[in-house]
Amino acid sequence: MALAIERVTERIKETFGEDILDVTMNYDIMTYTLKRERIIEVIQFLFDDAEMRFKFLTTMCGIHFPNEKNQLGVIYQLHNMVDNVRIRLKIFFPLEDPVVPTLTNIYPCSNWMEREAFDFFGIKFSGHPKMTRIYNVDEMDYHPLRKEYALEDATREDKDDSMFGRA
Amino acid sequence: MEENIIVIDKEKEREYSYLNLGPTHPATHGIFQNVLKMDGEKIIDAVSTVGYIHRAFEKIAERKPYYQLTTLTDRLNYCSSPINNMGWHMTVEKLIGAQLPKRVEYMRIIVMELSRIADHLICNSIIAVDSGALTGYFYVFEQREKIYEIFEEICGSRLTTNIGRIGGFERDFPEAAWKKIDAFIIEYPKVLKEFEKLLNRNRIFLDRCIGTGPITAEKALSYGFTGPNLRAAGVDYDVRVMNPYSSYEDFDFKVPVGTNGDTYDRYMVRSQEMWESISILKQAVAKCPRTGPYHADIPEFYLPPKNDVYHNMEALIYHFKIVMGETEVPIGEVYHSIEAGNGELGFYLVSDGGRTPYRLHFRRPCFIYYQAYPDMIRNGFLSDAILTMSSMNVIAGELDA
Repeated sequence: MALAIERVTERIKETFGEDILDVTMNYDIMTYTLKRERIIEVIQFLFDDAEMRFKFLTTMCGIHFPNEKNQLGVIYQLHNMVDNVRIRLKIFFPLEDPVVPTLTNIYPCSNWMEREAFDFFGIKFSGHPKMTRIYNVDEMDYHPLRKEYALEDATREDKDDSMFGRA
Repeated sequence: MEENIIVIDKEKEREYSYLNLGPTHPATHGIFQNVLKMDGEKIIDAVSTVGYIHRAFEKIAERKPYYQLTTLTDRLNYCSSPINNMGWHMTVEKLIGAQLPKRVEYMRIIVMELSRIADHLICNSIIAVDSGALTGYFYVFEQREKIYEIFEEICGSRLTTNIGRIGGFERDFPEAAWKKIDAFIIEYPKVLKEFEKLLNRNRIFLDRCIGTGPITAEKALSYGFTGPNLRAAGVDYDVRVMNPYSSYEDFDFKVPVGTNGDTYDRYMVRSQEMWESISILKQAVAKCPRTGPYHADIPEFYLPPKNDVYHNMEALIYHFKIVMGETEVPIGEVYHSIEAGNGELGFYLVSDGGRTPYRLHFRRPCFIYYQAYPDMIRNGFLSDAILTMSSMNVIAGELDA
């Protein structure tokens, strides 16, 4: 029988208990927010376990919420292709300490995606074989996708946040 | 005294040369660089550099209203822009929970399958060009022209199409478009058959392609391969079948798979997929009524006809609200993926209720699977590396975003 999403939640909760901070269904994908320290263990478990079989990393990316205590986040999306189950994992951490363990030992394809997250958000992945920028020049001294960097000239008033439906 | 002693280090004595393949090299078909460490003709190691045409799409997306974002998706995989456009519209429709009439979904499938053919046709003919056969390329490009003419009839543009709107199409397919689609369905199989006759069992082509740049299914999965490149390695993952969107479940088609994951298998998988696309096209044309609705009934997102805006109060209000971004957008996050020319193209959209995405991440198949390139060409010849690259169909626009 195909793996049900409830079963995934049950297994994750019974294995990691308190370290799973939040579980929500976002449209068709179950999302688990967890503690940064446990991310590798959780993903390794999901990868190795004979029932879970999340062998495919669909994508991963960084995100920035400047008004939260834990401003930066990384979002992983895993796929169990046998049973066709997709899940999303999230971790959040403070801006001052943007270090996350690398996933390259489990999924080699995370290599460039982690470099992308570093380039865009300044998230450092410890243990990564080559933690350098991927798109922008090495001399660049900021991480452009953080929210404090305006896309256009910051002195312009005709394109501030209020023009985009935000307070 | 040490300088008087000659230490023979076999490894150091070997003379390696370093070769820049790219950034602007005709054989890379795009702007990206590979520094190759060569031992004669043999590649010892390779280092890829990407980012030459990085345009910060994910940042720009945070300042573009939902309905204006299509222009960015055009420029991802520009060989099949309409697929990317549709993927984006479907992502927003998923976010707002819009239901589309069947006819619109079938129209979308027609457009998407036409672009899939256009995409695969380029890739396959380029493999032939890189193995030394130029004829087939010019021959099928005439057909790509026909596909672009259909797009032109539908939306007015050809390469970066900006086709469709949130909720459907900006206008119905004109009669000329239907005529051209019908003609294409009859014409194209003949051309494709002849193209295949030139290559499929061509001795030179076989010798050049079989065993070139192979990858195992396991490795392909670990490198995040999707699309024809993954299927060539023997994994039958196709988003159209696994997570059907736009009513793909109504259609009968096969998912071709290869066995060796080499250049020839990638070529053959794309070739077979074109036949399947033709079959889907035929079914879609048969299923799709020539007249009927061409957009969903979602006035708060789909612009009313201009004439109504002048004469109808309600239409004027909706028009104003859409253009000024006053429409309520749900808060939430949504991931939608489609089977693009190169594999799973995903849109991860985080909405905070604003007029623009709070964060939009593109899962671009090229970017993810191109990481495997150094692994695939190691210990092979330079000429094989060129073929491997063209068979992977790396599109710089999708690579760098």
